Amino acid sequence: MTGPALLSVEDVSVDLPTPRGNLRAVDHIDLAIGAGRTLGIVGESGCGKTMLSRAILQLLPKKAKLSGRVMFEGQDLARLDRERLRKLRGRSIAVVFQDPMTSLNPVLTIGTQLIETLQEHLELDGAAAKRRAAELLAAVGIPAPEQRLAQYPHQLSGGMRQRVAIAIALSCEPKLLIADEPTTALDVTIQAQILDLLAREQRRRHMAMIIITHDLGVVAGRADEVAVMYAGRVVERAPTPALFKNMHMPYTQALLAAIPKIDAAPHTPLPAIPGRPPDPTRPIQGCSFSPRCRYAAGLCHREKPVLTVAESPQHQFACFHPILMTAGVTA
Amino acid sequence: MATLDLGIDHELAVGPVRRTRRRLGPLFWAAAVWTVLILAAAALVGVLPLPSPSDMDMLERRAPMSALHWLGTDGLGRDELARLIHGARISLTVGLCAPVIGITIGGALGMLAGYFRGRFESLVVGSMDVLLAFPPLILALAVTAYLGQSLLNLTCILGALGIPAFMRVARAATLTLARREFVIAAQALGATHARILLRELLPNVLLPLLAFFLLGVAVTIVAEGALSFLGLGVPPPISSWGSMIGEGRESLEIAPRLAFLPAIAMFLTVLSFNLIGDTLRALTDPRQGAL
Repeated sequence: MTGPALLSVEDVSVDLPTPRGNLRAVDHIDLAIGAGRTLGIVGESGCGKTMLSRAILQLLPKKAKLSGRVMFEGQDLARLDRERLRKLRGRSIAVVFQDPMTSLNPVLTIGTQLIETLQEHLELDGAAAKRRAAELLAAVGIPAPEQRLAQYPHQLSGGMRQRVAIAIALSCEPKLLIADEPTTALDVTIQAQILDLLAREQRRRHMAMIIITHDLGVVAGRADEVAVMYAGRVVERAPTPALFKNMHMPYTQALLAAIPKIDAAPHTPLPAIPGRPPDPTRPIQGCSFSPRCRYAAGLCHREKPVLTVAESPQHQFACFHPILMTAGVTA
Repeated sequence: MATLDLGIDHELAVGPVRRTRRRLGPLFWAAAVWTVLILAAAALVGVLPLPSPSDMDMLERRAPMSALHWLGTDGLGRDELARLIHGARISLTVGLCAPVIGITIGGALGMLAGYFRGRFESLVVGSMDVLLAFPPLILALAVTAYLGQSLLNLTCILGALGIPAFMRVARAATLTLARREFVIAAQALGATHARILLRELLPNVLLPLLAFFLLGVAVTIVAEGALSFLGLGVPPPISSWGSMIGEGRESLEIAPRLAFLPAIAMFLTVLSFNLIGDTLRALTDPRQGAL
């Protein structure tokens, strides 16, 4: 990482009270992202990725408890008063959500949603906001933007809706964009378009971006750094090329193996990770991946491995029995 | 890939937005025509060439239909048609104004309760349950006895009685909507609570509320009729459909039309409002379901 971090997540934990007991969704996570950089957060469903993004925005459910610090441009968001936090959201940090079907208001036109955001944050008058809205729609690759402004979300395709959601997120020139599974709800052919669009706008605006995904393929070649999450913890963290060249954590390897190969013979069974993630309300002793890990041995079941430094200080992993051979994959 | 996408989209050019017109059916149109007719008659009662509804002609009591009295006269020799139209005025005023009170107060309380949850919600839901548990007729009786019979009092009582139902509809809709991602998206964009409630949630909650409003109009017209029938409605010289049915009851054997005409008018009006409300709900429902 070069220069001071734009956002740093320091020892953040999120606890959610549930009827079945306390659920630790995010467990002592440390992450940092510099201005203009891209961080990929990878992990399967329920590993705490979304809770982490909500913790950064301070948009956790009311009953959730957050500990640790979320430092953004030198101020701790967890201790910021509501009004200042509200002004920060949208203007400095923006989000693109997973499902554009539900992240846009169904009964308001796209124009209304976009223009009101612009007026609210940038204090533009009606005509200027409308012009700017049309420019934004054009920038995210929506043809005939003026006519589109008068349309409702249900009149647009999924990909178009996600483009609109991105336009709204970009409208106030945020310094940090959090893309929470931005392509999961979309068609595969649209996925690449949306990811390319995000990367292009990121370069143009010199904005930092956090891509949250369950697909290692999405972050490969797009993120500068990748953090792999499992059961609320970061289990491996490395610059993207280093991760794909030299992964150490068996979970990362298993995730990579689970990506379908285009050159595999037809009807090849998809390698899946056996078992399922542990019940977060019943924390297990030892490494949380140990029940599913084929390398697990005595110590793994007794003690939690901590993040250890690998070849370079940027590459860290939490495993007692790291894979030492190269995975033979280049990003 | 991007260029391909652009090419395709230009061909599906975004002309003027076209709405698919749904068939509303003859029943809806009949209901709409009746509603418009009644509303127009009630609104234009001053300009229509009608005899006075309170002038009594003792020689023409319970007169049959004639050129002079189109629908005959009632037990006191007053023109039945004039009374019917003047009665429509009262019934519709109460029927429309009372649900407006309900939808405003109930809708606001319901949205606030559904959005903020917590203690405020418990308080609102609890107090509405108390209001619901109170026998409505006894409440109406007590209030009219205390404040006196007037159109305003009648409207306020019936409006207050409608608040719990509107509160429930608004709260239920808000509860499901407030969890939708677009609300979180709005929060993530730095929207204030007021903005989220008014701009994001209100347009969504308004659809089920308006459909329920028309139902509320129908229910209120019946309720006003029942109160007037019992003599708790508007004070006597003024006619309302309920009090006309009540007065007609006395001469049910000699001139049954005196009770049946206002009853039919009320039946058709209530049915029309229900039909329109149902059609509008059917029109707005699939849109909610799809999104």
